[in-house]
Amino acid sequence: MSILYSIFPNLDRLGGELLVSLRQTLQMLFVSGTIAFFLGLFFGVLLIVTRKGGILQNLVLYTALDKAIDVIRSIPFIILMVLLIPVSRAIVGTGSGVTGSYVALIAGTVPFFSRQIESVLADLDYGLIEASEAMGFGPAEIIFGVYLRESIPGITRVTMITFVSLIGITAMAGAIGAGGLGDFAIRYGYQMRYTDMSWITVIIILIIISIIQFIGNLIVKKTTH
Amino acid sequence: MIRLEQVCKTFHTAAGEVQAVRNVSLEIRDGEVFGIIGFSGAGKSTLVRCINLLERPTSGKVYVGEEELTALNEKHLREVRRKIGMIFQHFNLLRSRTVAQNIDFPLKKSGLSRQERDAKIQSLLELVGLTEKRDAYPSQLSGGQKQRVAIARALANDPKVLLCDEATSALDPQTTQSILRLLKQVNETLGITIVLITHEMAVVKDICDRVAIMEEGAVVESGDTVDVFSHPKETITRDFIETASNIRKIHELIEEKNELTRLKPGEQMVLLTYSGPNAGEPLISYLSHAFGIQANIIYGNIDFLKGKPIGKLVVTLSGDAGQLKKARDYIDSLGVEVEVIQS
Ligand SMILES: Nc1ncnc2c1ncn2[C@@H]1O[C@H](COP(=O)(O)OP(=O)(O)O)[C@@H](O)[C@H]1O
Ligand SMILES: [Mg+2]
Repeated sequence: MSILYSIFPNLDRLGGELLVSLRQTLQMLFVSGTIAFFLGLFFGVLLIVTRKGGILQNLVLYTALDKAIDVIRSIPFIILMVLLIPVSRAIVGTGSGVTGSYVALIAGTVPFFSRQIESVLADLDYGLIEASEAMGFGPAEIIFGVYLRESIPGITRVTMITFVSLIGITAMAGAIGAGGLGDFAIRYGYQMRYTDMSWITVIIILIIISIIQFIGNLIVKKTTH
Repeated sequence: MIRLEQVCKTFHTAAGEVQAVRNVSLEIRDGEVFGIIGFSGAGKSTLVRCINLLERPTSGKVYVGEEELTALNEKHLREVRRKIGMIFQHFNLLRSRTVAQNIDFPLKKSGLSRQERDAKIQSLLELVGLTEKRDAYPSQLSGGQKQRVAIARALANDPKVLLCDEATSALDPQTTQSILRLLKQVNETLGITIVLITHEMAVVKDICDRVAIMEEGAVVESGDTVDVFSHPKETITRDFIETASNIRKIHELIEEKNELTRLKPGEQMVLLTYSGPNAGEPLISYLSHAFGIQANIIYGNIDFLKGKPIGKLVVTLSGDAGQLKKARDYIDSLGVEVEVIQS
């Protein structure tokens, strides 16, 4: 412990606050990550099945979704966050704090993740879909039993990539008072010039990413045959 | 019985309309192996996909058994499809599932218990000879083994019909033969009607009871396999027969004026095609006896169509022009087909 305090001299004093920030970051990651994961899967699947030649082809829906994703993706996150404050107030009752960050974090993640899911599912050999149709399976069984089930390694891979980008934007969420490690690094690392506090947030984030990647790689390894 | 009535399929592409299937009417009998042969792009895959409505015909009707598939709604169609197995050129196995799980996949909706499903999987594995690969993944199998798994999977719901789209085209000749034997066995022991699409003559000639020949989306000739290939009417049918023999080579030699096939004045080169008992040897000697004609054999071959021998002889005949004509008429009267290929 004393070694830790000699490397990070401000830790002794700011450790408690660092833990609070860490908890805020984890909370943002967990809540918005989970919701964004399912929404992204949903929209990614929707893109695949409604596109031309898809099992539920619907070009109007496809085009609308496709354009919406492009538009949202082209808005820089920091601006998106401000734009969504009223939406967040309407949905979760507040536009600030950790709770107020969820809407923006989800909106900033879902379009990117949907696209990634779309490309993973598009890589699946269409012959498998046809074979399943020939066996008498309907859309729901094909989506869950073939598209998603056969793509677990690919889905895991893009989930890890998206997770890293989600960590990036949670750091920005500090700007609307959500706190978290990004906010902590700005306040102490940048404004107070406690370089050791910048470093310690970097190390913590690296640890989080490593854990996620370790789990992800394990899943990929177990499900790739 | 499968019946296609004036089936047409037109694709609308950026490059314009493609009439992949043109007005095809066919009847496929219960329990037979029916071959559809044609060169790449002839519309075979589109046609076979019209049978289980993976491709909905632009016009025309499709009947499988009593049911008119083209009149069914999606839900009902799905139920009917479970009784129509299909296998593909690239096997289309699920990579994330083991052999047993692949075979189990179509059993999901069968309503059978876990034990019944396992017993079913076991008996199918025995049928295709892969019991020891039960827990292997597709990536660990050879092409022939993958196709066997695909066959087992296609048979899981006890279908009445098995559609095979170029099922052997990705396999080497030996493996092709073993898969064809398995299909024949499935046809004979389970009484399943098989529709087999291919561009390879070798596939059709061994196991198909009847064939249809496709060209540019249309069926140009069809009938009993031995009849069609021993008495071809269409040029394309002859082309297919040639792909399976050396006759094409003879034409090439003639083209390049090779010494082997060069004729002296008054000589004629004919191709004799005979099936069944009319043998070649006595005929040749009879020609010289009865008509005073010299016959020189250039090339000979016996092919087997469904076990029946089809003989091919390329012979140069020399002699008096009038006698040559008489000789040809005589040969013709024996039921041996005569085609003058060079004179
Ligand atoms: N989905 C499709 N869209 C457009 N054209 C197609 C489609 N499927 C097949 N075709 C065209 O239809 C013709 C017949 O194709 P196909 O049935 O695959 O032939 P084969 O199986 O005999 O090689 C080809 O010209 C092919 O390009
Ligand atoms: Mg084809």
